[in-house]
Amino acid sequence: MTAVRAIVAFLAVSVALVLQVTLFPHLAWQGIVPNLCLLVVVAAALTRGPQFAAVLGFAAGVTLDLAPPADHVAGRWALALVVVGYVAGRMRQDVRPSATAVVATVAASSFVGTSVFALSGLVLRDPAMAVPDLLEVILVAVAWDVLLTPLVLPLVMAMFHRLEPARNP
Amino acid sequence: MVDREKRWRGTDRLEERGRPSRSLMVALLLACLTLITLDYHGGSSSPMEPVRRVVGEAFGPVETGTATAIRPFTSVPRWFRSHDALSDDIAKLQAENSRLRSEVNTAGYDRNRLAEFDGLTAAADDLGYALVPARVVGLGPAQSFSRTVTIDAGSRAGLRPDMTVLNNDGLVGRVLRVTNSTATVLLIIDGESVVGGRVGESMEVGFLHGRGVLGNDGRLDLELADESVVPAKGDTVVTWGSNGGAPYVSGIPVGRVTTVYSSLRETSQRAVIDPYVDFGALDLVGVVVPSGTSSDRAVIEADGSLR
Repeated sequence: MTAVRAIVAFLAVSVALVLQVTLFPHLAWQGIVPNLCLLVVVAAALTRGPQFAAVLGFAAGVTLDLAPPADHVAGRWALALVVVGYVAGRMRQDVRPSATAVVATVAASSFVGTSVFALSGLVLRDPAMAVPDLLEVILVAVAWDVLLTPLVLPLVMAMFHRLEPARNP
Repeated sequence: MVDREKRWRGTDRLEERGRPSRSLMVALLLACLTLITLDYHGGSSSPMEPVRRVVGEAFGPVETGTATAIRPFTSVPRWFRSHDALSDDIAKLQAENSRLRSEVNTAGYDRNRLAEFDGLTAAADDLGYALVPARVVGLGPAQSFSRTVTIDAGSRAGLRPDMTVLNNDGLVGRVLRVTNSTATVLLIIDGESVVGGRVGESMEVGFLHGRGVLGNDGRLDLELADESVVPAKGDTVVTWGSNGGAPYVSGIPVGRVTTVYSSLRETSQRAVIDPYVDFGALDLVGVVVPSGTSSDRAVIEADGSLR
């Protein structure tokens, strides 16, 4: 079951990644697209807890770092999504999260994830960007992710639930 | 003390589901930092390059397939544009066309170049390049703060790293890395892109830096080597060309001078260039390959014939 779960989770991440670079640029606002990989990691965190989400976040981040057309220093999205998996997982309660809680979690995760990525870029100077530009990107990215939450999260969360029902009902 | 230990362990068990094992988190974070360090210090000989290639081999064809599958849908918005919008566009295009035509007629660059290279034109014909056509199938998100795209031609089509990519309008960028069926292209508006540029009117050389700014109205900064020359507004900037045509072949139009700043501190002129290429609507591009390259698709030769 664990292997199946891992494969399905990775497939979900791959689909998210491919849609993110092929379909969404056509809808992008100033090149900023919804971060579907991050949404999948948050969905995993809300259904399966932080441990699974952090591992999935690492896998998703590495893929995002290496799959074309990425050209930044590898490991930056991995770091950001591990943090997202952990943070979003810690927000989870044992009850089924309400819609508001899900949206809040996504907004916070998106802010944290994009910020961690941007900050790692500032530290590595890869590339050197001005802070106001970074902030603009981060805020638009949060808006995009929240906008896509009602379409993506229920689907992915239902998938993770089906894959393995919660251990204590 | 013993009690306290027990209680701690007890809470741990209670929160087992909510808290990941510390060693796992540490391992993941260390793995991320290791990746960053390896790739950051490796540069172009980074140990991550082979891994990038492998991941690219897997994801490249999927991206190409998806882009092909959704192309009919992504062109739908164009069908719904109103008659007014279209006739506006026609008027705008006609105006631009006539302006461009007059610009071409008076292009100082061509005149100067002809005078300088007149004797070489015969040889230049033989040096002709060929173009491999390709389509953009993937765009990097702006959240990654780099401007790169994937194109659906790779090493099987005769592409190698450091080849010039252009389209109908002008210079697009250069090939960073290739897989069998796809290639990653660094756009000239990326913050790390540097192109040798030449102002057409004065033949002055300088460097074009991408600004890495957001949006589709990307701009370039031109720094001229000679401080005494002031580029005029509206001047055309073309590529200067590198040794052996890698990464950029010479004479490709890049953009038009829009603003000029003279900096007193630095001894150079800085001009802002508006690129001819619309980076928000990139689709069909051509990759400059040496004439006679074997390719898995039709190659456009210098004289316009297909091979």
